[in-house]
Amino acid sequence: MAELTRRRLLAGSGALAGAGLLHQTIPHSHPWEHEAKAAEHAHAGGSDGGHAAFRGGETVDHAANGFSPHELLRDFDWGTTTRLASGRVLREWELHAVEKEIEIAPGVKIEGWTYNQRIPGPTLRCREGERLRIAFRNASHHPHTIHFHGIHPAEMDGVPGVGAGQIEPGQSTVYEFDALPAGLHLYHCHVRPLAEHIAKGLYGAFIVDPADGREDADELVMVMNGFDTNFDRANELYAANTIPFAYMHEPITVKRDELVRIYLVNVLEYDLINSFHLHGNLFHYFPTGTSKTPSEFTDTVMLCQGQRGIAEWKFPYAGRFMFHAHQSEFTELGWQGFFEVT
Amino acid sequence: MEGRAATADELHERRLPGWLLGLLPLLLIALAIGTFVALDGPGIGERRGPPAEEIAVERAKLEPGVIELTVRNDGPDAVSIAQAVVNDAFTQFSGAEQPIGRLETATLRIEQPWIEGEAYEIALLTSTGGTITHEIPVAVATPPNDLSFFGLMALLGIYVGVIPVALGMLWLPWIRRIPPAWLRVVLALTVGLLAFLAIDATLEGFELAGEGSQAFGGAALVLLGGVVAFLLLTGVSEWLRERQSGASGTSLAMLVATGIGLHNLGEGVAIGSAYSVGALALGAFLVVGFALHNTTEGLAIVAPIANLKPRPARLALLGLIAGAPAVLGAWIGAAAFNASLAAFLFGFGAGAIVQVIVQLSPSLRDDTGRVLHPRTVGGLLAGLTLMFATGLLVSV
Repeated sequence: MAELTRRRLLAGSGALAGAGLLHQTIPHSHPWEHEAKAAEHAHAGGSDGGHAAFRGGETVDHAANGFSPHELLRDFDWGTTTRLASGRVLREWELHAVEKEIEIAPGVKIEGWTYNQRIPGPTLRCREGERLRIAFRNASHHPHTIHFHGIHPAEMDGVPGVGAGQIEPGQSTVYEFDALPAGLHLYHCHVRPLAEHIAKGLYGAFIVDPADGREDADELVMVMNGFDTNFDRANELYAANTIPFAYMHEPITVKRDELVRIYLVNVLEYDLINSFHLHGNLFHYFPTGTSKTPSEFTDTVMLCQGQRGIAEWKFPYAGRFMFHAHQSEFTELGWQGFFEVT
Repeated sequence: MEGRAATADELHERRLPGWLLGLLPLLLIALAIGTFVALDGPGIGERRGPPAEEIAVERAKLEPGVIELTVRNDGPDAVSIAQAVVNDAFTQFSGAEQPIGRLETATLRIEQPWIEGEAYEIALLTSTGGTITHEIPVAVATPPNDLSFFGLMALLGIYVGVIPVALGMLWLPWIRRIPPAWLRVVLALTVGLLAFLAIDATLEGFELAGEGSQAFGGAALVLLGGVVAFLLLTGVSEWLRERQSGASGTSLAMLVATGIGLHNLGEGVAIGSAYSVGALALGAFLVVGFALHNTTEGLAIVAPIANLKPRPARLALLGLIAGAPAVLGAWIGAAAFNASLAAFLFGFGAGAIVQVIVQLSPSLRDDTGRVLHPRTVGGLLAGLTLMFATGLLVSV
């Protein structure tokens, strides 16, 4: 059988997806529907393109999971806004903690602990100086909190024993504070045992835009995470946005010469560090996104757990460029992907 | 009262046929189980708690670009192998597409450009996220099971089993000339040799049992093998005794040869499997070691027949019975190694040897009827020492 290259494979799956769209009556399609067809092709060709991949080049059932890594990429949750008497914007969200079965690798299901039934939780986005109100309801079987990174009063810190403390199953609380400082932050559960509560999926990105905004760009969120499926306090799987190899399976499409901005957050538990490496290019890196002056122009950054930063670049060439952790072990255990520059 | 009860019993016995009385307890058990199921007793139906996933890797075969694992489900629940990881990288594989049921086996062909001499850790990720790991400490291509390979294994078996035993039997003329008191010492020496072999085989069997599938009994297999061999050989020897009225030297020699043969079968399995996985480097040193080690086995065969004049053909037969199973063992070990089977065979060999010791011990009696007198004790210790020392040369 003639070797089926990735390029031909994608072209084929694109045509199929297009045909599928013609038959759709609802003007809304999920990316996973395209992926399912790509998966069939990949399986038929038996092609992993020479990269580490899941068996038969397959991917998970995103529809059953209820979220797809491709949807999470550009999904910014701006909440709902009202004006306070002072004229300030009050921005509100509702988050609930709940257990959810997640297919983390084809044929491998684990019980994830989630905010709003997805891992990572919603990417909360606001503007510097706004008043933020997050209503938290614990609908799970274990006590949880939401601990935000940023500047806020002690009682809003979301840790046990301070303020509302840990929120027991069935209980609720409201976290309220000012959006400060501008930058890229994160939130996560802070209940003992901490490693377990974080590793099972209770985390998300928290973006505070500067009052004067940022340059227009194709903005993407990548929460670098991993999963310990056999409870040996080491990760069996690594990914950006939960599903390993998802962006290998279906590359992230970006435009040539258009500014790409990645909000990169590392929440990886059990391993000391994580990293992000871009092929065929270098990027301006803004640690924590708190300054508009980049700290370096590089193609690899290293982050410990809780560290985050903004990466910005433009692709001068069309084609397919890899990105991955530059710990080869993490790469081949799932944390790798492609940009398809068109 | 007593009289009436007896009559009732007699009546009962008259009414019910004997076979029914024999079946009665079984029928009652079936009834009790039926009632338990009907009442939905605890433990019936689906097991509670998370699934127990136990998979034993029974065989690893390496060919260029592929590592082939044969796995067996040891646990109570079916296991689905979803993904495979080699040295911390997901990899492609075929096989085990369906869940593996209890005691079922599956063969996984894992694509891996492995390099000779390097170590590999394979982790199989199950549907629940559990991992089954298997380590290949030194990667070496598994020899193909072709004619020349079987020829090589046969040669190995002859080197290790047949030749040393035959050489050891050449002590026969010497044994004939020594006085009876010293012959007893030689016999004690052979008992010492055999005792060492029994201990060694049992321990090796336990080690193999640990590697194999636990569902088949694990270490219990070794002990079972030993008991079965002991009973079988005892049965055979009693049968021979009935026919020949008393254990003659020839039948004793035959029993010794059979016992050693069964032991060499297990030894052959260990050698064949070690060679096929590349864990055994064949060298002059090893062959010499085995020759010294197993030559003493030949002595054990001829010692009971020192006072007889057996025909050369019979001697050759005894030698073959004792040595040739090593060839068969090497073939089994190389072609179809199974740790559980090997453990059972080692136990079997040990049991056979214990039986031989029991058979030989009366020959150690001195004029006063003692088995353990200073000379035989010296012989026993010398036998153990000799085996220990030569055994150092052949640690596989």
